[in-house]
Amino acid sequence: MPASAAPAGEALLEARAIELWRGEHHLLRRVSFRLNAGELLQVTGENGAGKTSLLRVVCGLLPAETGDILWRGVSILEGRDAYHRDVVYLAHLNALKLDLTADENLKAGAGLRRDTTRSEREAVLTALGVARCVDLPARVLSAGQRRRVAFARVLLSKAPLWILDEPTTNLDVHGVELIERLIRDHLEEGGSVLTAAHHGLLAGHPRARQLVLAG
Amino acid sequence: MSRVTDAPGLWPLASRVLGRELTLAGRHWDQVAQPLLFFVIVVTLFPLATSPDLAQLRQIAPGVVWVAAMLSSLLALESLFRPDVEDGTMEQWVLSEQPLAWMLLMKTAAHWLVSGLPLVILSPLLGTGLGVPVSAWPVLMASLALGTAALSVLGAIGAALTVGVRRGNVLLALLVLPLEVPVLIFGARAVSLGMTGEAVAGPLNLLAAILILAVSLGPMAMAAAIRIGVES
Repeated sequence: MPASAAPAGEALLEARAIELWRGEHHLLRRVSFRLNAGELLQVTGENGAGKTSLLRVVCGLLPAETGDILWRGVSILEGRDAYHRDVVYLAHLNALKLDLTADENLKAGAGLRRDTTRSEREAVLTALGVARCVDLPARVLSAGQRRRVAFARVLLSKAPLWILDEPTTNLDVHGVELIERLIRDHLEEGGSVLTAAHHGLLAGHPRARQLVLAG
Repeated sequence: MSRVTDAPGLWPLASRVLGRELTLAGRHWDQVAQPLLFFVIVVTLFPLATSPDLAQLRQIAPGVVWVAAMLSSLLALESLFRPDVEDGTMEQWVLSEQPLAWMLLMKTAAHWLVSGLPLVILSPLLGTGLGVPVSAWPVLMASLALGTAALSVLGAIGAALTVGVRRGNVLLALLVLPLEVPVLIFGARAVSLGMTGEAVAGPLNLLAAILILAVSLGPMAMAAAIRIGVES
């Protein structure tokens, strides 16, 4: 074990022997991992290998057949509210209302966690390169712009644990670089990231690891 | 070891959810107005189909208004939670530390404000067309106000339960209608008693009791159903 590895029981997020069946299909077979502060764990695998399902199980959206998810040593089933305060989930779906503007969407979306100011939301949208979209309804935004607005919600959440399902979907090369930089900044600030992605994010980063699902 | 949180409290959260829902409703008011239009059309069809004689219409007026109100409330239910589940908003609600039951109740309240309240306001006009005397207007409006609110909450439970079912409208109606029948009975009864000048406290109290029961227990059922609905 590397010297930096946390002592037993000290992992921020730990999954122990997760088993999940979807219908007749045994999707996740004894999946275990540990994630510490400042680390990125990237779940890879073929389409249908169960990446999204694993992320949903870790979020607490989908109950696993057996196995435990521990956050700061407490099962997420017992400490659900404390866990959900610390985690932000970017799903396949952007959770944007097409009839609301980017700013209104963020106000409502991030507002479930904490109050955000207009200037704060503008700053985050500017950082994501969609400053022009602040007052445009999400309906008129391109798929890539919508993804960036959805990512703005992740930044506004100030949650230590990011769970990102294919964060770079629909993004161009610059968008992917931008997301990688934001993830790197988050790791440097002591945050943790669990992500499912086709292509390697932060390849070669010292604190990035991969978890391969066999499918 | 409670950590400091700057999450909004219950009332700011309620105003935020209500505000968002009402803004959304304002952006696509053409969809929001559909149940109201349906109510107006159904009620105005009866004199055409039966007889223009006010004495005869007066006999069926309470039933007509109430059946139309119930069907129009059912019409609006399909779009209560489904769009939020389909665009991922509901996942975020489930994953927030905020009480899901409370947010769903506020969403239902917003739904009543745009689908139930206009119907209550318009009911004296339509009632007059069916021969409801002015003296019975307060009863008509009170019974519809209590009744449509109860229908919204009962319907929301059904909408939450069928949110994972593709094209679940018929299933939703089958689930919800039996629960809503008492509301229909007491509502129509209150109006017909009011039209003949008799005491209406009995059925109105029962409507209020149904509403209180639905509001106190319904949100828990909705939250449990939504948690299951967003699993897949």
